[in-house]
Amino acid sequence: MSTATHSLPRAIGAHAVLLTYTVIALFPVILVIMNSFKSRAGIFGAPLTPPTPKTFDLIGYTTVFGQGDFLHYFQNSLVVTVASLFFVLLFGAMAAFALSEYRFRGNTMMGLYLALGIMIPIRLGTVAILQLMVASGLVNTLTALILVYTAQGLPLAIFILSEFMKQVSDDLKNAGRIDGLSEYTIFFRLVLPLVRPSMATVAVFTMIPIWNDLWFPLILAPSEETKTVTLGAQLFLGQFVTNWNAILAALSLAILPVLILYVIFSRQLIRGITSGAVK
Amino acid sequence: MGSLNIENVKKAFGPVEVLKGIDLEVNDGEFVVFVGPSGCGKSTLLRVIAGLEDSTSGRVVIDGDDVSVTPPAKRGIAMVFQTYALYPHLTVKNNMGLGLKQAGTPSAEIERRIKIASAMLSLEPYLERRPAELSGGQRQRVAIGRAVVREPKLFLFDEPLSNLDAALRVNTRLEIAQLHRRLKATMIYVTHDQVEAMTLADKIVVLNAGRIEQIGSPMELYNAPANEFVAGFIGSPKMNFIDGAKLGETAKTVGVRPEHLTVDAKSGAWKGTVVHAEHLGADTNLYLDCEKAGLLTVRIFGVYNAEPGATLYATPDPAKTYRFGADGRVLK
Repeated sequence: MSTATHSLPRAIGAHAVLLTYTVIALFPVILVIMNSFKSRAGIFGAPLTPPTPKTFDLIGYTTVFGQGDFLHYFQNSLVVTVASLFFVLLFGAMAAFALSEYRFRGNTMMGLYLALGIMIPIRLGTVAILQLMVASGLVNTLTALILVYTAQGLPLAIFILSEFMKQVSDDLKNAGRIDGLSEYTIFFRLVLPLVRPSMATVAVFTMIPIWNDLWFPLILAPSEETKTVTLGAQLFLGQFVTNWNAILAALSLAILPVLILYVIFSRQLIRGITSGAVK
Repeated sequence: MGSLNIENVKKAFGPVEVLKGIDLEVNDGEFVVFVGPSGCGKSTLLRVIAGLEDSTSGRVVIDGDDVSVTPPAKRGIAMVFQTYALYPHLTVKNNMGLGLKQAGTPSAEIERRIKIASAMLSLEPYLERRPAELSGGQRQRVAIGRAVVREPKLFLFDEPLSNLDAALRVNTRLEIAQLHRRLKATMIYVTHDQVEAMTLADKIVVLNAGRIEQIGSPMELYNAPANEFVAGFIGSPKMNFIDGAKLGETAKTVGVRPEHLTVDAKSGAWKGTVVHAEHLGADTNLYLDCEKAGLLTVRIFGVYNAEPGATLYATPDPAKTYRFGADGRVLK
């Protein structure tokens, strides 16, 4: 049945496109998870089939939990991600508030300067960062990673948040001032709750690259004590022999925490993306 | 309880001068309305009084104290905003009480004041609700209540009725007028709506391009406008302005209000053709294209039947005709 707004062929077409995209996007993830439950022979014999009773094997997971201190790596990753996220959101929101709320000399220049980081990848400065960390004795600490990731996440956070902060009603902030609220109270109690959806957007965009990063953990904190999950998984990648069971199991496990964090933020996220468009 | 003196206040944003030297005196208990077209500086002036903007120069004195550098919360003022500006996370009661709580007022006293204010504005059933659960009119009443509980020296209203629909606007206007009568407080009210200005004010301040054009009671402004701007701004429909030269007058411009013109089908001063007629029931607005005077608006009380294209003669009331010089000022 066709109506003015729904036509069957068009609906089928749209769904076909979306389903194809979903399959393409999910395929590698499903492949990793599927193969993580198979024996070595199963992985190489028929990589595209789901585990059967014959090929089902938990050897990958037992290796991961048996060898190397994977729980500890998880903890490191989580500490680094959550702490960096916290600082990015806190300092990003504060800087965005200052840029959007106060008129001061050099406001525009400051905004541009802070946005510069979006265009210049932080990895270009790796050598200098390493020298800095060596000089300050922060090599092989999680602090080093948190500092670097905070710096990496701030430009985009400030850029997105200052746009949203500008939309918060001036009258509301002024009402707070007349009622005697301090600028900090106005920021934390009035403005932050109103930009929560955009904070979630920033949180997701900041969190995923940090969780997945291999570069900085490898350079700044490769010690056993400070290894993150992505770095820990390298343990099973050898020059001659690669333990695919363990790698696939480690990667499957590494998906979980991001997935959980994403679910927490996603309700807010959708509102954040659509908030300007739909009133 | 609350007087206000503004002495030569100037405000510039970069090179743009928004207020060009404002002097104003408001007596205790007066209801003063700032009125003017958008961009005339009326809201900026209110913000300077509130302390939300610093003036570039000049002094603001409330109740004899120079408050030019005092933060807003310490000035003894309360403000009602156009967009209500209620705290979305607080209940109506806490919205009203927050300012007092910040000032360290004992909670029994806060309770007492909220009780009085909510009774005054019939807000009692809504005290535990959040702003999102209220209608526009209720929200604005809460905003007014929030101002009332502070018992300020000075109430500031920044276009409080602009976001309400027409019917609510009339009701809320009435409530503000009653509130003023009951509290006998000094109130300063900004609007671009001259009906609000005429109906509420003891004293109207007409602003234009950062300057005060005239200060006076509503009837003073209506009957004796100081210049062409005030004459055109106060009164609806707008005063007719006719080029003096066309009428053989020495004045640059001659002004006559639509309600001070009479029409006749047979004879009169200015012959013209009806272009359009608006029938409002209580009165009729005719637009006449006159040979001598150009396009004129005529307001006739009651029903008057005139079809477009008909010929009519308009005659001004000579006692209520204004003459303006080349500088726009009224000629005595």
